[in-house]
Amino acid sequence: MSETKGGRRTGGALDRRSLLAGAAGAGGALVAAAARAEEPAIPAELPEWSRYLGPGVDDEPYGKPSKHEAHVVRRNVEWLTASTQSSINFTPLPWLNGIITPNGVFFERHHGGRAEIDPSAHRLLIHGLVEKPLVYTVEDLKRLPCEDRIWFLECAANGGMEWRGAQLNGCQFVRGMVGCAQWTGVRLKTLLDRSGLKPSAKWVLAEGADASALTRSFPIEKALDDAFVAYAQNGEALRPGQGYPIRLILPGWEANMSVKWLRRIEVGDAPWYTRWETSKYTDLLPSGKAYKFSWVQEANSVITWPAPEHKIDGPGEYMIRGLAWSGRGRIVRVDLTFDGGKNWVTAPLQEPILPKALTRFYYPWRWDGSSMIMASRAIDETGYVQPTIVQLRNARGRNSIYHNNSIVTWLVNSSGEVENVQVA
Amino acid sequence: MFRSREFLLALALGAALALPAEAGEKPIGRVPTAEDIARWDIDVRPDGLGLPPGRGTAKEGEEVFQARCAQCHGEFGEAVGRWPQLVGGQGSLTWDDPIKTVTSYWPYATTVFDYIKRAMPFGDAQSLTDDEVYAITAFLLASDGIIPEDFVVDAKTLPTIRMPNADGFIDDPRPDVPKGEPCMKDCVAEVVVTGHARKIGVTPEDKARPATD
Repeated sequence: MSETKGGRRTGGALDRRSLLAGAAGAGGALVAAAARAEEPAIPAELPEWSRYLGPGVDDEPYGKPSKHEAHVVRRNVEWLTASTQSSINFTPLPWLNGIITPNGVFFERHHGGRAEIDPSAHRLLIHGLVEKPLVYTVEDLKRLPCEDRIWFLECAANGGMEWRGAQLNGCQFVRGMVGCAQWTGVRLKTLLDRSGLKPSAKWVLAEGADASALTRSFPIEKALDDAFVAYAQNGEALRPGQGYPIRLILPGWEANMSVKWLRRIEVGDAPWYTRWETSKYTDLLPSGKAYKFSWVQEANSVITWPAPEHKIDGPGEYMIRGLAWSGRGRIVRVDLTFDGGKNWVTAPLQEPILPKALTRFYYPWRWDGSSMIMASRAIDETGYVQPTIVQLRNARGRNSIYHNNSIVTWLVNSSGEVENVQVA
Repeated sequence: MFRSREFLLALALGAALALPAEAGEKPIGRVPTAEDIARWDIDVRPDGLGLPPGRGTAKEGEEVFQARCAQCHGEFGEAVGRWPQLVGGQGSLTWDDPIKTVTSYWPYATTVFDYIKRAMPFGDAQSLTDDEVYAITAFLLASDGIIPEDFVVDAKTLPTIRMPNADGFIDDPRPDVPKGEPCMKDCVAEVVVTGHARKIGVTPEDKARPATD
């Protein structure tokens, strides 16, 4: 009868509440109409959660968000792919805060569905041009020197549907192939050192244990720099959709290379040119040539409030919220425009500002109710400036699919509705 | 103090090579046998490293393809629905709507073998024999004339096949956009909205999403 009931009978409370709810039913519409006319600053009725007991501590052993937050979920775009097993969903950026993406809404890209792995049957093999090949269990890996590191992961195709024009009307769909987490695990260098690299070691192949056995090649320099084998994300074991029990992380590089369900690391002297570094994840140019091994995710940013998912509720004071990130290091500056790029102001960055991690910017703002075109522009510590879509198209045409890190532009109309647009 | 020459050497190199565990200790990691490694080591490189014994021709491949692949990829590799088109598209890479297929875009024939062996058929991975994988590879390449119909594809011949787009890839030159301090004031004279996502109308609808929050 009542939607908000706790669901547990506690003494006579539930019976009594049901009676009250029934009695209120008839007059409900009348009360609501009056409330619209002039709603008191504090709701007149004592809400039922202030009178009756809520569920006990044994109600929800693994907690979930409030049911009023049911819209904060990953979404996919059905028409993008032939099957959901080889597809992607999007992080609900417009409703998230801070720089850490909650595990339950971290975007997922699978190539053979989400592998559901029994960790006791999982192994990691290190072999190839090493002195001593070794096979690790997950428990073995947890005995080795570990670190906690905060990094973003971003799909190379983030923004990919916008190369030819503004297409998807949502912050979630335009930039939601990104998430940021605190990862716990072992440096890949630790594992390679334990096996001992042969002098001819130049390239590394990582392979997943899923039904696509996804493989990517990367140079030994990255393997010895910050490549990481993670077993935990934001304090708990990796979720199956993120590679449970272990995944590779190549910080700052396209997330396809951060191979999930990692089962094998082979060291070699040349790249393998796997399907995922030839047929896919290469950037086709108008000349018919394509960039290969385009690994780094260049500086990017997006305004997460306002956004097409949010309507601005009348003129007044608001906080503009947004995210910026760069695969080359730290974000040093974010600029905002309210006139489509004619003039820019710099927005304050929120601590912590970490390399290869999402960085927050907030900007206090007063909306006067007029139509305007707003956008953010990120600059990283290498001096790289997030380009416009026109600049990117001048460099790469319109068929790249991948690595569209261009400025995202929102058109706000006088009703406060927000639309994804492109400007020239 | 140090019992092991190896450890001293490892220390000198700044590395910590895994040592045999002390008597009675549980080691971290096990040394695999060659057979252990062979069970998982299925990757293939453009120079042919990793290709297994076996062989196949286009004629043999056609039969396997119709039975195991055509359901999604079509009788001729032309694709069913949104599943990937495998052949055709020659010369299309400079078009406004390029058709990126195995034969028009993939630079190495070895990658075709590697991918089919590890991931196809979609949903029944690693169920094909090596002969079948060689044969399907031959069928696809022959269907666009990259190899003759009677060409025998095996570990020796596969790396010698030159794909039409072998020279189609260049090393990543990024950053490939203008450098320098960005403009802050009076940057453009006129702003033109060139695209509206609302007009395209392909955004997934979602009743659970509140209009305002």
